[in-house]
Amino acid sequence: MVGKLMNKNDSKYIIKGNKNKWEVVIGLEVHAQVISNSKLFSGSSTKFGANPNTQVSLVDSAFPGMLPVINNYCVEQAIKTGLGLNAKINLHSVFDRKNYFYADLPQGYQISQYKNPIVGEGKVVLDLPNGSKTVGIERLHLEQDAGKSIHDIDPNNTYVDLNRSGIALMEIVSKPDLRSLDEVNAYVKKLRSIMRYLGTCDGNMQEGSLRADVNVSVRKLGEKNLGTRCEIKNVNSIKFMQMAIDYEAKRQVKLLEDGKSIDQETRLFDTKKNETRSMRSKEDAHDYRYFPDPDLLPLKIDKDLIDDIRKKLPELPDQKKDRFIKEYALTPYEANVLVSEKEISDFYEDVAKSSDKKLAATWIMGDLFALLNNKDLSITKSPVSAKNLGELIKYIKSGEISGRIAKEVFEHMAQSGENPKKIIESKGLKQQSDPKELERIIKGILEKNKTNVEKYKSGKEKIFGFFVGEVMKMSKGKANPQLVNEILKKLLKG
Amino acid sequence: MTDITKKSLTQIVKAIKNKEVSSTEVTSAFIKNIEKSKKLNAFITTCLDQALKKAKEFDKKQKLNLLLPGIPIAVKDLFCTKGVKTTAGSKMLENFIPTYESTITENLWSEGAFLLGKLNCDEYAMGSSNETSFYGNVVNPIEDKYVPGGSSGGSASALAADLTPTTIGTDTGGSIRQPASFTGTVGLKPTYGLCSRWGIVAFASSLDQAGPMTKTVEDCALMLESMAAFDKKDSTSIKKNKENYSKNLKDGIKGLKIGIPKEYRVENMPKEIDNLWENGKKILKDAGAKIIDISLSHTKYALPTYYIVAPAEASSNLARYDGVKYGYRSTKGSNLIEMYENTRSEGFGDEVKRRILIGTYVLSSGYYDAYYLKAQKVRKLIKEDFDRSFKDVDAILTPSTPSAAFKIGEKKDDPISMYLNDIFTVPANLAGIPAISVPSGRDKKGFPLGLQLIGKTLDEQKLLNIALAIEKRSVFKQSLKKWWEN
Repeated sequence: MVGKLMNKNDSKYIIKGNKNKWEVVIGLEVHAQVISNSKLFSGSSTKFGANPNTQVSLVDSAFPGMLPVINNYCVEQAIKTGLGLNAKINLHSVFDRKNYFYADLPQGYQISQYKNPIVGEGKVVLDLPNGSKTVGIERLHLEQDAGKSIHDIDPNNTYVDLNRSGIALMEIVSKPDLRSLDEVNAYVKKLRSIMRYLGTCDGNMQEGSLRADVNVSVRKLGEKNLGTRCEIKNVNSIKFMQMAIDYEAKRQVKLLEDGKSIDQETRLFDTKKNETRSMRSKEDAHDYRYFPDPDLLPLKIDKDLIDDIRKKLPELPDQKKDRFIKEYALTPYEANVLVSEKEISDFYEDVAKSSDKKLAATWIMGDLFALLNNKDLSITKSPVSAKNLGELIKYIKSGEISGRIAKEVFEHMAQSGENPKKIIESKGLKQQSDPKELERIIKGILEKNKTNVEKYKSGKEKIFGFFVGEVMKMSKGKANPQLVNEILKKLLKG
Repeated sequence: MTDITKKSLTQIVKAIKNKEVSSTEVTSAFIKNIEKSKKLNAFITTCLDQALKKAKEFDKKQKLNLLLPGIPIAVKDLFCTKGVKTTAGSKMLENFIPTYESTITENLWSEGAFLLGKLNCDEYAMGSSNETSFYGNVVNPIEDKYVPGGSSGGSASALAADLTPTTIGTDTGGSIRQPASFTGTVGLKPTYGLCSRWGIVAFASSLDQAGPMTKTVEDCALMLESMAAFDKKDSTSIKKNKENYSKNLKDGIKGLKIGIPKEYRVENMPKEIDNLWENGKKILKDAGAKIIDISLSHTKYALPTYYIVAPAEASSNLARYDGVKYGYRSTKGSNLIEMYENTRSEGFGDEVKRRILIGTYVLSSGYYDAYYLKAQKVRKLIKEDFDRSFKDVDAILTPSTPSAAFKIGEKKDDPISMYLNDIFTVPANLAGIPAISVPSGRDKKGFPLGLQLIGKTLDEQKLLNIALAIEKRSVFKQSLKKWWEN
């Protein structure tokens, strides 16, 4: 069978065909909805989930004589995002009309940017298990979203909801630099993370705030030229992107190995059948008749505005990661995980400021993530607060409770949301660190287990663990393990 | 009592301010004329009862410190009027009633005017004779069976026939100036961006400009003053302070330099047009201006450039008329595409379809560079011609049209000959600069002819002053026998 995968989820995503090895080349056009109270060219609200056609102005529904007026906040958001992508901001850009007929496109054209986008080339650095990789950004441009056609309410009619019509989108076009499904995953997550740090896109894929058109081509391993690509339209989750790419790459390899050629075309991904299929070929491709929108003047951006926005940029994931490594002595891996979402990094810093930095990272990435995963919660909804986790770590660090007890306390914290002090006190979980008391317990245990003491003394030192276990049992796990070791050794010698 | 409807707008305003006449009396007089003038087919919609009501309201509570106190005005049916059907001369919008008011009409109403009715025009303002209107051709009051020009033909006809004291039109390639010239009235196309386009059914967005159509230059200044204002709802609106065009209007052009562009002396230009132009030169010279020969070397490309740019924009602007949201929808067709095709085939007339086809073609991939892009480059050269000339002259004098009004049907099947009507007017639209047509003479049949003055950006005041000088010295006097009344 064609398409046996070698290291599908490595940076080398190579498809081994019957005749050749094939490299997969991927580029993404990500459509990110701009966070803004009103639409790109009208004052209508952009709130998600409103009743159909309740957030539609005369401009959004293209009434005669209505004119678009640019929402400057959306322009600032695009500049901000451009700066976050280390990209060039173009001081002069142009809005064009992309002409096509569809029921959910009231104007009969989409206002977009074609030849002169607001943001030019940039780059995004991905952290991958085997190192980092830079992905080139071709451009970012602003455009209007279309409305939504709803085909499944009525068997004979299509309904149109124009609430989305005119909402600002940023289309972020990558260079064809991605080579594996893992890279696609890392790239989309990184973009999303950067935009969430910046507050320019909420990255909510369920609500359609982040969708992508995926360009896929394959070429023989070692070949320099790019193969003919197919564009898979409007995929709205990372998982579906990966499934679509996987299917599409294999399809292309099969065609090529069968001596056929790839038609440059637009395809759709059917999530139910897990396959891509042709939507329209190059010959049927729309002629969008792009031309500058005469209702809008070219967009001129003041250099001072860019400088001003740059000055106010928040710390971005890459910078934060470097700082975490330097300031908190975290490993690159730990830092990477903790900065992946702004909320996680905020939580981490909250915990770390009052407790051990390293333990804080371990506990968040271990027990807390497990808990959140289990309950399918985001970190902002964590039942264990940063303050309480910090306190718990302080107890561990000071030796007042053991690691084992700490896990028990954490369980209680997760259930009740109580602070660790209250739990430790009410349940009497504090570590037993009184040497005299421990000596008394240990003596009792040695008394009861004389045979084992003899065995130990005759050289069977492995049995030491048995005594420790007995002590822990007796103390209900509260005995300070270090002290137990010391006292046991002392008494067994005697 | 003299017929108030024969007075100029300025005179009527003065009479109302001096309480010599009431708004109700004025309005009733115009309504009487309108009711007798169906033959002209100047109106698509009348709001006579509503206007009379407004007039009575005005008289009850007179606000006289306005520019247009109690003045009834009929407007081109391209301006959206709240609650009043707005058709753009098309079947497509036969039953379209806007829920909003265009900025320009709103500006007039806030100066004390009110709506008398909606005036016939070429479909989507595409035409030079008012013959493309779905609501039938308009007749020129100068003579039965003659066109009033277009696309603001209903406006020009109604104004000349005393059916409205003043009116407004839109001018994309001459649609105000050419009908003004054909009917012996004054028409001004302001600087692009001086009058808001918000709420005007769009034809070609980079060229469309609303402007006043009046009986006198003085009226024209008053109307422009009422209309022009920055509008934040129109991104191409010019931010500037309001001007007092009427207060600053003066007949004093001594020392001004007037350019005569040699390229406007087109092949086969009728002698009477030549005479009109010569006469204009003489009038201005006598008034103290200096006449200077100039060259606008790219003029000959203006018309082809216009007939690429305007249809290109129109093809996109008219995409919204698809039967989905408002306006006409064909009942034929079993899917979306068929609904579109039938709606647009049945809803648009031939000239509109022709221009959509041309526009779609020139924007198509593979043709864009050769047509649209090249046209934009030529457009820039045309603008530069003007910029260069205005370093030497204050204004440019040309004929408004290559001929007087022609017969209904005469050019209907010959679009090229029809398009040639715009030859003198389109350059100002392409350059975005102001131009005015002033009635200045007659052809051998006795039909009115206009002279055009073209000025530099935002130099409307100077244009109005020169136009006033011509008006005062010209032999032209409007005198129509009301043959059309029943």
